[in-house]
Amino acid sequence: MNWLPLFVAVPLGIAFLTPVLAKLWKGFPDIVGNLATGFLCLLSLWYLRFGQTTSVYYVGGWEPLNGMPLGICMVLDGLTVLMLLVVNVIGFLSTLYSISYMEHYTDKGKYYTLFLLMTTGLNGIVISGDLFNIFVFFEITAISSYALVAFGVEAEELEASFKYQVLGGLASSFILLGIALFYHLTGTLNLADASKVLTGKSASPVLYFIGVLFFIGFGLKGAFMPFHAWLPDAHPSAPAPISAMLSGVMIKVLGVYAMCRVFFNVIGMTPVILTTLMVLGTVSMVLGVFLAVGQWDLKRLLAYHSISQMGYIVLGIGLGTPLGILGGLFHLMNHTVFKSLLFLNAGSLEFATGTRNLKRMGGLKDKMPITHFTTLIASFSIAGLPPFNGFWSKLLIVMACIQAGHPVYAVWAILGSLLTLASFMKVMRYAFGGEGKTVWEHVREVPSWMCLAMIVLVVLSTTMGLLLIPSLKAAVLDPAVRVLSDGLSYAANVLGG
Amino acid sequence: MKGMTLIVKCISQLMAPSIFLLGVYVVLHGHLTPGGGFAGGVLIAGSFVLLILAFGSDEVRSQILNWNATAFESVGLFVFWFLAFWGLIRGTYYFTNVITKVNPGLPYHLFSAGIIPLCNLAIGIEVAAALFSIFICLAILKVGDRI
Amino acid sequence: MIVFVMAIVLFLIGLYGVLVKRNVFKILIALSIIEYSVNLLFALIGYRRGGTVPILTEGTKAGTFFVDPIPQALVLTAIVIGLGTTALLAAVAVRLYEKYDTYDVRKIRKLRG
Repeated sequence: MNWLPLFVAVPLGIAFLTPVLAKLWKGFPDIVGNLATGFLCLLSLWYLRFGQTTSVYYVGGWEPLNGMPLGICMVLDGLTVLMLLVVNVIGFLSTLYSISYMEHYTDKGKYYTLFLLMTTGLNGIVISGDLFNIFVFFEITAISSYALVAFGVEAEELEASFKYQVLGGLASSFILLGIALFYHLTGTLNLADASKVLTGKSASPVLYFIGVLFFIGFGLKGAFMPFHAWLPDAHPSAPAPISAMLSGVMIKVLGVYAMCRVFFNVIGMTPVILTTLMVLGTVSMVLGVFLAVGQWDLKRLLAYHSISQMGYIVLGIGLGTPLGILGGLFHLMNHTVFKSLLFLNAGSLEFATGTRNLKRMGGLKDKMPITHFTTLIASFSIAGLPPFNGFWSKLLIVMACIQAGHPVYAVWAILGSLLTLASFMKVMRYAFGGEGKTVWEHVREVPSWMCLAMIVLVVLSTTMGLLLIPSLKAAVLDPAVRVLSDGLSYAANVLGG
Repeated sequence: MKGMTLIVKCISQLMAPSIFLLGVYVVLHGHLTPGGGFAGGVLIAGSFVLLILAFGSDEVRSQILNWNATAFESVGLFVFWFLAFWGLIRGTYYFTNVITKVNPGLPYHLFSAGIIPLCNLAIGIEVAAALFSIFICLAILKVGDRI
Repeated sequence: MIVFVMAIVLFLIGLYGVLVKRNVFKILIALSIIEYSVNLLFALIGYRRGGTVPILTEGTKAGTFFVDPIPQALVLTAIVIGLGTTALLAAVAVRLYEKYDTYDVRKIRKLRG
């Protein structure tokens, strides 16, 4: 039996049961929710070890007729395995963290329902091989994240959710318009079949318009620079494990993964799109860090840093060379790990002290030792200090820039790194260093589930630099890079194999 | 909110069962005529909303209705998920039409097309309960009510 | 061809509403107009000249010319998605009034910087 549809089926089924059974049995959402995400995490690790060949799964048994796909298909290739790993590992650690963290909020049953629906959507986007199926799962993810951002219904959270919803709804409409025109142009919705049809036709003006529409839509969802306005409001307002999922997983799957899949594998990359991606990535990098340095709200500072690090990923992928794509994808994995860790740390600080304002915190170094240690490691990672994982991926991106003949971008990347280091030194000094204030006399370390999740992420952050050893790189990263750099041979892999 | 006049109450009492019956007809014949789960579910929810609007929300115990609507919604969704999952358990692909392979009925009649009428029924229950729950939460429940 | 242009004009009217209007509920209605216009465009794309309704009944002969049924199925899904988005946005807008006491988007600006 092929286990691929279980990524969508398991969280969906448990999400449908939770609202009713949570009222009857108090511990149900915690236990069953964590079992579900733990099972998915193990399944994605199993696929990492055993599922490296491209395989296709036809939903409902509708096999293709004369080479023409009839139904919806799910595709598993190298890039999919990487993204499944990212989504499910961080999902499991976030549910571990939220066992203790969500005691401060009202209704755990509804929280777990929405969280599992979001996991369903994210897994569905990654394994789907059909363009409209991607859109449906996009909407499932987006709607559950709108509700999760507004979860603790205070004034600021509702305002942030409103802004997020209006911009997200606009993005979805742009994407649907692009899909409608795409169907009119090619006559099919299957990604591999559409790629085959498009290589037969010549480039028409409608294809450029569709490309622009998809670029705007995915850019709004993934918070690239001109479209970033919702992110600094939405990510701080969400509960901390949801901030970790949003910032660490969602903007990458909805923004970077969808754009790579549609542009690299279906429409085909042109130098214009690559240059646009590089310029936008550099602008995101530099402006994100400049805006972040002046923030006093800890989670808002982290949200601006998310925009900046997404610029690194987009710059790496926009270079187009295999080394650049390797740097971009590796930085995607690393950023997930250390940004989730940073948001979970900010959540621990908020859980213990009740505030997010850096000016009001101080001297928590002795009272919260585990949080202090994990924040230190995460700050070193994001600033790119050796031997943590951020250093290796930033080094790859800088090397790829110089090798491809764009040394100016490399200079901007290094400048961004230095400013990131400066702003995180500010965080460490204001939150943990300095004199202890008398209001924080009673503060203790956070409960053990939260510490466990943070410590696992620290271990991952320290050891992920080892993924560049050639044997591990060939097992984990190279299949994903091959999918993107071979581009249009996706159709041959899916329909032929 | 208070209810409407006596004429409105009488007429809506007469009309609501007819609308409900139309909704059930659209759901059950979803594999033969246009409509199906979504459209039929909206009609069924509409009949309940009509009754509440005519009689006023003072006479409605909204917490109990909301709990019932949530329970029906979860049951409907779970039945749909189970029908999709049944294909996976039976050894074939996810979402296969398992009943057609075992017992195909006569085409164009009511008992045909495998699991599709059962899926329509589950979706009809779910959409009706969900829209009814949305109406109650937006229009009737006030701040401070425990749902 | 003219109907496609009119669907795009409807899209632009909705876009004007989202960008310019101040009342929270007018923004909600404009977003709904955008979604409906995209659904309309999608359903119109499936039209074939001379085709009939794509439903099989007792008297249908083999080889009848149908209009394209795929966009109709996809539009059905997209309408329900639009319903979900609108319902959630309306719920947030109602609770927003209780916290800020105003429906004016320009005054709901506690988060800035």
